[in-house]
Amino acid sequence: MEIIISILSGILFTIGTYLILSKNMTKIIIGTAVLSHGVHMLLLTMGGLKLGAAPLLGYEEAAYTDPLPQALILTAIVISFGVTSFLLVLAYRTYKVHGTDDMEKLRGMIDDD
Amino acid sequence: MNALHWATISPLLLAIIIPFIYKYARSIHTGWFVLALPTVLFVYFLSFIPTTSSGEVIEHSIPWIPSLGIHFNVYLDGLGLLFALLISGIGALVVLYSIFYLSKTKEQLNNFYVYLLMFMGAMLGVVLSDNLIVLYAFWELTSLASALLISYWSTREKSRYGAQKSMLITVFGGFMMLAGIILLYIMTNTFSIREIISQADIISSHELFIPAMLFIIIGAFTKSAQFPFHIWLPDAMEAPTPISAYLHSATMVKAGIYLVARFTPVFGGSETWFWILSLFGMATLLWGSLSAVRQKDLKGILAFSTISQLGLIMSLLGLGSAALYFNDGQANSLYYTAIVAAIFHLINHATFKGSLFMAAGIVDHETGTRDIRQLGGLMTIMPVTFTITLIGTAAMAGLPPFNGFLSKEMFFTAVVNATEFGIFNMETFGLAFPVIAWVASVFTFLYCCILFFQTFSGKFEPTNFKKVVHEAPIGMLISPVVLVSLVVIFGLFPNILSKSLIEPAVASVLPYLTAGEIGVDIYMWHGFNTELFMTFGVVILGVILYALMKKWIQLSIYKRERDPFNRFYDGALFTLSSGGKKFTDAYMTESFRRYLIYIFSFMVLFLGFMMVRLNVIDLVPERTAEISIHEITLVVVMIAGAITVALARTRLTALAGLGSLGFGMAIFFVLFRAPDLALTQLVIETVSTVLFLLCFYHLPLYKETKDSKPSKIVNAIVASGVGLVVTLLAISSHNNKLFEPLTEFFVNASYDEAGGKNMVNVILVDFRGFDTFFEIVVLVIAAIGIYAMIKGKVEEKEGL
Repeated sequence: MEIIISILSGILFTIGTYLILSKNMTKIIIGTAVLSHGVHMLLLTMGGLKLGAAPLLGYEEAAYTDPLPQALILTAIVISFGVTSFLLVLAYRTYKVHGTDDMEKLRGMIDDD
Repeated sequence: MNALHWATISPLLLAIIIPFIYKYARSIHTGWFVLALPTVLFVYFLSFIPTTSSGEVIEHSIPWIPSLGIHFNVYLDGLGLLFALLISGIGALVVLYSIFYLSKTKEQLNNFYVYLLMFMGAMLGVVLSDNLIVLYAFWELTSLASALLISYWSTREKSRYGAQKSMLITVFGGFMMLAGIILLYIMTNTFSIREIISQADIISSHELFIPAMLFIIIGAFTKSAQFPFHIWLPDAMEAPTPISAYLHSATMVKAGIYLVARFTPVFGGSETWFWILSLFGMATLLWGSLSAVRQKDLKGILAFSTISQLGLIMSLLGLGSAALYFNDGQANSLYYTAIVAAIFHLINHATFKGSLFMAAGIVDHETGTRDIRQLGGLMTIMPVTFTITLIGTAAMAGLPPFNGFLSKEMFFTAVVNATEFGIFNMETFGLAFPVIAWVASVFTFLYCCILFFQTFSGKFEPTNFKKVVHEAPIGMLISPVVLVSLVVIFGLFPNILSKSLIEPAVASVLPYLTAGEIGVDIYMWHGFNTELFMTFGVVILGVILYALMKKWIQLSIYKRERDPFNRFYDGALFTLSSGGKKFTDAYMTESFRRYLIYIFSFMVLFLGFMMVRLNVIDLVPERTAEISIHEITLVVVMIAGAITVALARTRLTALAGLGSLGFGMAIFFVLFRAPDLALTQLVIETVSTVLFLLCFYHLPLYKETKDSKPSKIVNAIVASGVGLVVTLLAISSHNNKLFEPLTEFFVNASYDEAGGKNMVNVILVDFRGFDTFFEIVVLVIAAIGIYAMIKGKVEEKEGL
């Protein structure tokens, strides 16, 4: 299972990178979102999949899944949410000020043109 | 701190006070306040002559950075004393001269004297330090002070060019020297010159011997304007004339000579040292004298003449270093005459070149021009300057009865002796030395004639000059008169120097000799020998060449005033700046995509290379979870969602794909036993989707900006590389779990120590509460940022 998930997150990385390399600002933001999914998936996989019960002590199981990667991912999800929403508003503002969302046109200093 | 320490840094201390004096005592020329210090220093250094001439040395040490072996050591022996006397003596004369040369009202005197004192202190530090790092620090300070003084009239383009050039070249050499110093430290484990000299045997058999020697030589050559680093000196003539007289003829350019002389006991006696010094010295001598003939500017002639004379001294030091090869404890004058000649000429050159520069400054000051094509017939108008120049040029040309004649004769003796060494292939190439020396002397004679006759003889044309030409004020004449008096005195009574200065200095350069053994005895008349006939030849040919000047003045080579080697410097400087700009422009394209491609490509190539190189790719994990059908379904759905995002033509489709990915993630978390993650993911995905939708309303349509096909292909290749590397890394790392996970700890401690059953939550708020705290901060900042971005008003600027 780990191999398949690794391949899946590889695909997510590929698509995320592909979108980030595009010149459309919206695509770049979507790309970061895809990339962060890939990262979260990888984090969980690296801790080992399906080693036991969910990390809740009430179950009285013999084994539990590792809770540490889950805590890390939880932090990461919240942070990437913050960043994504900030980027979205940044794109909105950029478009309002400069009238374009083409990264190739947003080059150089203000004084240049 | 010893008195000698205070003497060394006293100019630097005075430099601190000068601006205040300048500000509060405007009615008196600031130079008068400066004058006392070099005079006192000169007298103070004179008092050491009995000590050093009896072969004793004075040394005092105070720790500076003892943990690195850096101490501020002062060390005074014959060589150091000779230089200290030159620096303080000529320093005093130059200050006196500058008082009359620079106007009290028109010039920024505070700057001038601060720089000058800075230079004087630095130069004293160079010649009196025993510790190489301290020496290096003072060495760079002389470069800095020199550049500041060259650009003293900083509003002039040429001054700035000259200052930059001298700075670049001498600091380059300084760094080289530092490298040499460090290599010496590696070999001997000390920075002290005396201790290094005492370990000369270890050094000469060490494999770093040659590199260390070359680095030190480059340092000395750049400072002393040796071929091909001589090009900065003619451009340094933009400095005020007192500075040219002081720095660029008598003291700073001799720092390289000092360094070479100081290191002769370490490196001398080796063939490389011998040949590099003597060959480059000879080349400098010849090139300088040839180029001086082409100059039309008085100071230009003097600059190339300085270059040429420094080459002479350098080649003498090279030839004389052969004495250390024999090192038989016997005083064999065949070998060490060259060193004696070098030291003697060093003193002589400082006297006559200083006076000539001052005379040129007087001519410039009183006529308003330094161009020899405009000057002429000043003999009767400026009789004192005329006399000074006459004696100075005669000494420089090597005519009796002045000191230049004696040192030139000794120079000829040394090069003729050199043919008889019988070592280092001298039997084959040795004859070249007298020949080059003789040719160079002819040209020296020639430019001395040009300098002298073009200025003072001929007809006086008052219309040529902007000013009413008259003799300089008496104050300006004192210094050059003192210097030419020395020229005459040293010429007539050379032996007053030999016991007091020359012998102790030679003994420092050749430590196997004691001062008493050397027995320097310089006569004006020593019979009809080869050297005398060489001088006759020089005079005869020189006179003929000068008489025929009307013929060869038409040659185009004579008209080209600027040194052709400047082409290389200017070209290199231009290539460096324009090439640097081109290189930067080539990759700093301001394209976001381009930079990301660099970053991703580097990541892929570096990680891929390291994985292959370290052979860590391992695609068969030992222990994996089993695969079930609903998990496979989820994976397929997610892949489909991802592909939808990538290929979507409208942003709604893309958003739908992204949403399916996000909710897929939530199900993924459910399947893999992460209930908290699933909850968070669900909520956040929903909120993000809403946010995206909100923003899309304001953004332009998705397909308005389309990527071109070639760039899409490049993007796809880079992206696949990233995905591949990540996948390989993820799979390969499965078998490399170096330690057990902390699961056991959390299972045991969550309830007992933290009182919670939800392990993830306990970690978030208890075991690793700091993470959560700062994550909250991140969210708060993002929220504030978003608020500011929506509500905040951007000032209307042009171009927005």
